[in-house]
Amino acid sequence: MQITIKLFATLRNNRFDSSKMEYSAGTTVLDVLNNLSISEKEAAIIFVNGRHVERDHVMLDGDSVSIFPPIGGG
Amino acid sequence: MDKILRIDMGSVGGPKAAAKELGEYAGFGGRAMTSAIISKEVPPLCHPLGAENKLVIAPGMLSGTVAAMSGRLSVGCKSPLTGGIKEANSGGQAAQVLARLGFAAIVLEGKPATDDLYKIVINKDGIKISIDNSLKMLPNYDLVEKMKAEFGDKISCISIGPAGEMKMNVASIACTDMELRPTRHAGRGGVGAVMGSKGVKVIVLDDSGMTMRAPKDPEKFRDANKRFVDGLKQHPVTGQALPAYGTNVLTNILNEAGGYPTYNFKQGNFTGASKISGETQAETETKRGGVPTHGCHRGCVIRCSGIYNDKDGHFLSKQPEYETVWAHGGNCGIDDLDSIAMLDFLDDNYGIDTIEMGATIAVAMDAGIAKFGDAKAAIDLVKEVGKGSHLGRILGGGAAMTGKAFGVERVPVVKGQAMPAYDPRAVKGIGVTYATSTMGADHTAGYAVATNILKVGGFVDPLTSEGQIELSRNLQIATAAVDSTGMCLFIAFAVLDQADTFQALIDLINGFYGGQLTGDGVVELGKKVLSMERDFNTRAGFTAQQDRLPRYFSTEAFAPHNVKFDVKDEDLDKVFNW
Repeated sequence: MQITIKLFATLRNNRFDSSKMEYSAGTTVLDVLNNLSISEKEAAIIFVNGRHVERDHVMLDGDSVSIFPPIGGG
Repeated sequence: MDKILRIDMGSVGGPKAAAKELGEYAGFGGRAMTSAIISKEVPPLCHPLGAENKLVIAPGMLSGTVAAMSGRLSVGCKSPLTGGIKEANSGGQAAQVLARLGFAAIVLEGKPATDDLYKIVINKDGIKISIDNSLKMLPNYDLVEKMKAEFGDKISCISIGPAGEMKMNVASIACTDMELRPTRHAGRGGVGAVMGSKGVKVIVLDDSGMTMRAPKDPEKFRDANKRFVDGLKQHPVTGQALPAYGTNVLTNILNEAGGYPTYNFKQGNFTGASKISGETQAETETKRGGVPTHGCHRGCVIRCSGIYNDKDGHFLSKQPEYETVWAHGGNCGIDDLDSIAMLDFLDDNYGIDTIEMGATIAVAMDAGIAKFGDAKAAIDLVKEVGKGSHLGRILGGGAAMTGKAFGVERVPVVKGQAMPAYDPRAVKGIGVTYATSTMGADHTAGYAVATNILKVGGFVDPLTSEGQIELSRNLQIATAAVDSTGMCLFIAFAVLDQADTFQALIDLINGFYGGQLTGDGVVELGKKVLSMERDFNTRAGFTAQQDRLPRYFSTEAFAPHNVKFDVKDEDLDKVFNW
């Protein structure tokens, strides 16, 4: 299945901004993080289709996952 | 900081200054000081631009000391925009310098009988107030250049631009930064109009010959400051993300969360978000020889500000903040950073609140005055405000006034003040703050975005109504206290997550004042400030009906999550029950 992965801020360093990737059914957010060598601490905020999820969230075909390091502002 | 400088601008024979004892205001600083004076001394039913209103300018409790991050200035008055009490907060150099000059507050009172424009100079030798009509209608940058030529480059300025002189609701009060540029603003609520009504164009501060304020317990204070700085450096938000990308790092995350109000609060995603994001902004600044990591005042260790150069490498404006990039950018459908930086410069120069101005232009675009996405038209509209043309005067009245003038139904304001860069339907905690804050729609009053979106201080789901009342209440209390210390609100990212950094803040206050303040004492301070403000607003005529969002936020669903603001009215009325 195809998943869109979007990375932000420091997570883009030596990786990419946005990419469509193939994963097998049952893939979790944690699998994606491991695959990209993003540590638990680095992936502070994770959205799937614009909603906050935890790392054990199971991805579906066509999902978009957005991963942020700890950030703030305002 | 043991005196209050009271200047009666309406005194017969010209303005009279008198340094008075602190009296009942002893120990107060920042927002606690401004709100205490306004709530006690200003008749709540007075006209905001009349002689009975006062403009209070107060450094925080720790301003003027070596404590890191302590350079925030509070400006208070009855607001011409909201009709209620106002505290607008600014960075820059002024708070530190004013505190070192020995003043816990400057209070501008009364109103001059003539339309002369005054310049107030405060240094180690005293206070000099003089008429200087050559400053009339000078924009802030030109004004500061003139002050530099007259008084040298060791000064700091607190000033208004043409918008303040024209007494517009969007008028801000500018404070100069470390480079002596008028880039930091007490923006909200039309505080610049009140300064204009007092006939004061600029307050020039020079602390040459003065010393740092000395703590009662130097050792405890020094130790606390070290732990405080370590805590800020160690937290990933204050130590890494804010320095690297500035506040505009929020554009992408609010957009991804579907809470980024676009086209005058019509939808929560903006296709041009990436082009105006903090990541793109920092990269652009670096490429053009600007500065992405820069403090707005001496003693800042977070350094979230920056310098934005144009294509040719020349200074265009300071790094526009997230709220500005949103207000003038996404909310108007504009995705060009150079145009946004130009709008930021124009706002700073005319002395205009960027949030109110951007929100107003979006309302004007909804009315068909210009097309969404037309950056040139937006720039022209701000220039109309600076000129004070008839159209400019309407826009300078803010979003609510512009909505009425042009018959626009959907105007995102609370208590007459425009909402900032988070839609209250998709970030419900901030919706509670917008609705109930004593200030009108103000994100800084209780920044629930931290916990709703950024997972700082825990997590409360932004899309449901559960837990939002308590979240907003606790943040509003904490914020009122932090705003009184003179500390930058961004310390909250570290303080909310790290108990030892919160303790270091308390130890800083105790080390300086020799007191026994506890965490509970901080909470009590926050509640006290909010109670004074609520009391003023009640006496000014505000009821529970003013603690509501405009109706359409409860009836019209917001894409992409198709959510409405569904926190119950009776729950909103419980925010201040303690």
